[in-house]
Amino acid sequence: MELKSNVPPGPIEQKWTRHKFDMKLVNPANKRKYTVIVVGSGLAGASAAATMAELGYQVQCYCYQDTPRRAHSIAAQGGINAAKNYQNDGDSVFRLFYDTVKGGDFRSREGNVHRLAEVSVNIIDQCVAQGVPFAREYGGMLSNRSFGGAQVSRTFYARGQTGQQLLLGAYQALERQIGLGAVKMFTRHEMQELILVDGRARGIVTRDMITGKIESHIADAVVLATGGYGTVFYLATYAKGCNGTAIWRAYKKGAAFGNPCYTQIHPTCIPVTGEHQSKLTLMSESLRNDGRIWVPKKKGDARSPGQIPEDERDYYLERKYPSFGNLAPRDISSRAAKAVCDDGRGVGSTGLGVYLDFADAIQRLGEATIRERYGNLFDMYERITGENPYKVPMRIYPAAHYTMGGLWVDYNLMSTIPGLFVLGEANFSDHGANRLGASALMQGLADGYFILPYTIGNYFASNKFEKLAGAHAAFKSGETSTAARVQKVLSINGQRTVDSFHRELGSIMWEFCGMGRNEKGLQTALQKIPALREEFWKNVRVLGEGEEINQSLEKAGRVADFLELGELMCLDALERRESCGGHFREEFQTEDGEALRDDEKFCHVAAWEFAGDAKKPVRHVEPLAFENVHLQTRSYK
Amino acid sequence: MNLTLHIWRQKNRHAEGRFVTYEARGISPDMSFLEMLDVVNEGLILKGEEPIAFDHDCREGICGQCGVVVNGSPHGPRPATTTCQLHMRSFKDGDVLTLEPWRANAFPVIKDLIVDRGAFDRIIATGGFITAPTGNAPDGNAILVPKPAADRSMDAAACIGCGACVAACPNGSAMLFVAAKIAHLGYLPQGQPERDRRALAMVARMDEEGFGACTNHGECEAACPKEIPIEFIARMNRDYLKAALFSPAERSGPSDGA
Repeated sequence: MELKSNVPPGPIEQKWTRHKFDMKLVNPANKRKYTVIVVGSGLAGASAAATMAELGYQVQCYCYQDTPRRAHSIAAQGGINAAKNYQNDGDSVFRLFYDTVKGGDFRSREGNVHRLAEVSVNIIDQCVAQGVPFAREYGGMLSNRSFGGAQVSRTFYARGQTGQQLLLGAYQALERQIGLGAVKMFTRHEMQELILVDGRARGIVTRDMITGKIESHIADAVVLATGGYGTVFYLATYAKGCNGTAIWRAYKKGAAFGNPCYTQIHPTCIPVTGEHQSKLTLMSESLRNDGRIWVPKKKGDARSPGQIPEDERDYYLERKYPSFGNLAPRDISSRAAKAVCDDGRGVGSTGLGVYLDFADAIQRLGEATIRERYGNLFDMYERITGENPYKVPMRIYPAAHYTMGGLWVDYNLMSTIPGLFVLGEANFSDHGANRLGASALMQGLADGYFILPYTIGNYFASNKFEKLAGAHAAFKSGETSTAARVQKVLSINGQRTVDSFHRELGSIMWEFCGMGRNEKGLQTALQKIPALREEFWKNVRVLGEGEEINQSLEKAGRVADFLELGELMCLDALERRESCGGHFREEFQTEDGEALRDDEKFCHVAAWEFAGDAKKPVRHVEPLAFENVHLQTRSYK
Repeated sequence: MNLTLHIWRQKNRHAEGRFVTYEARGISPDMSFLEMLDVVNEGLILKGEEPIAFDHDCREGICGQCGVVVNGSPHGPRPATTTCQLHMRSFKDGDVLTLEPWRANAFPVIKDLIVDRGAFDRIIATGGFITAPTGNAPDGNAILVPKPAADRSMDAAACIGCGACVAACPNGSAMLFVAAKIAHLGYLPQGQPERDRRALAMVARMDEEGFGACTNHGECEAACPKEIPIEFIARMNRDYLKAALFSPAERSGPSDGA
């Protein structure tokens, strides 16, 4: 397998402009001859589907929810970055590029990141034009806030519901195209197989989640915008239905998987309360603008927070990282929280929590201002915990939140399978080993609105497409294997529920492939996961039939894939013998516990190629060059 | 705590449904309502009974996919709270709860507690948008939006499309949902060019989908997990009347935007 990044030559600030000119075009009258399948309807999928339909392509869009508006992009709270420099505080495209490369701990591709920073400004314009109700100043201008890993205010927001509002903008653009007949929408459909003909992606097989019908869909290109795979941890901030099935099935058809071990553990989530817990809820990082994070200085201090005097509190982020303080990047903040809890200074009944305290901000700004900024987040916290965060500090703890890894793509967002494009969190491209806050929304929309619509045209114009019939052998065999898989799951009738397997897998992943990883632990996980997978296929119990709504069956399919994907994550984590960003190998750290990169051996992307069931996948390498932001040790001190 | 649940079971869209009684035992007050149902379902599976189907996804109150009528109230007893954000501390040991799907003419039940809300998407597709094809936008700050208008627009835009308003309304009306979208876009300068067309098209589609009319019960506002105010319906009626009286061709340019 050859990994060609296809980053165009030339100075970094001219690459994208030049590439846009160099790419071939499809003339307007010919666009309607091409059909594109988009799987996923979040920010990346909805914006891509709508934009391609506007251009004139025939688009089909698939989602597993009951409407495209439910995709989990909707849950992003804090904001979206853009290099507008509206605050006159020294921001620029280059600075956003620089911050993102540095924030990613020098494990992303410079060319892609610069392009992301360039189009960030267009995203804001586009969203405003669509009617996204961004926060405004009294003069009517757009308002900004600051976010982790940056020293400028470049984050645009709509209260604490930025993801929701951006998604509704994209959803409405998509619905408009559905109304015009330019997009055919398939809700409650789940992709089961990617179909290749002559080595190119030419369609998918889906299961209709209402009738159970297994169907083939033919196209000239397939776009996966199916999000990340963090639900592998079971407890995560993802929606319950988020899954890795689409990208995993594509991987098994030959798409390389880039950096599977890069996962982001978000520092500010509501702590776990008990065994029954089904998911974790994020408290936006924007809260760290005004909240101060602390734990007691004394181990096992059981006093209530109000009784602990100021000089007996350890504001550990402010102490360790004075220039970024509470706004240190996510990976660093999460590990710092873990460190103080491991030290026995965690708070709450489980000892796995730290305080996020607004007392100072409320005193300085007044409760009304804090309510205006974060009211809905405070309400949400109160609903879940039964505590009033205006009176007592929030308790927070890190949780799995995002996967920087994903299917490997080149500069054109095309995977190693020709005709298979991958957008948003589902690809590996722009965030390196750690994503900065407010950058996921930016990347999803950049890919969907401004990048794929150009690059897919180049693919169409450069290739010839044979007309395919649904009866083609590749589709028939995809339908047969999907049906067989459904039957297999239903016929086991073992002793354990799907959720019990998912929970067990999650705890293995969290313990051995979570915030801290080491050789021995990863080896252990690599023993445990295959054993669990074997048990799953002998002992899972899924009741009911295939030809109806069957939520256990849906979950079983996803968990079966996670039982394979989790193993690849551990393998990748094992082979990357360095620490970088969210990947912290305990053997590789500096004296004061910071991540220790090994640029000589690991300044590259690891892209894994499927070699067959029960065979070790092949690790390929794409070297990374840093010509504009020079390799340095990240410091936020 | 232990509870008794009377839950609506229905195999599919065409089958007859009925209530079946279940016991939920050993429930912690820290559990969410849906986690309580997870526990019941795990027990059912181990007993060899098919689990109860219910819709849910984000479980943090924003996607709008969940929704159960609990003792007659859509999303249960707690105001401004989706089913997934309802916690068992809102109930007490020994409570008897009746769980039903949304009941409305335009939302057919497709299994147990799951309904088909596709009608909402079809209403949005007729006019719930601003036509702004990708790549045409002027600079974000070239369109000034007064803060009060942006705030009001955001109040309306907070709708999550769950359909509780329809389930709560004795007429099965979707007026609050439609009014919220019309207000979200209508408060913004960007939304003015299509304001008339939008009101006419969305209202017509709403009627076609089989939603009922508004007779001012106010149940929708009370059930709305995002506290969308009912006054938006009055605003929608005014938009609709204006547009219907003065045809869009005669009325161009920004309206008073009030």
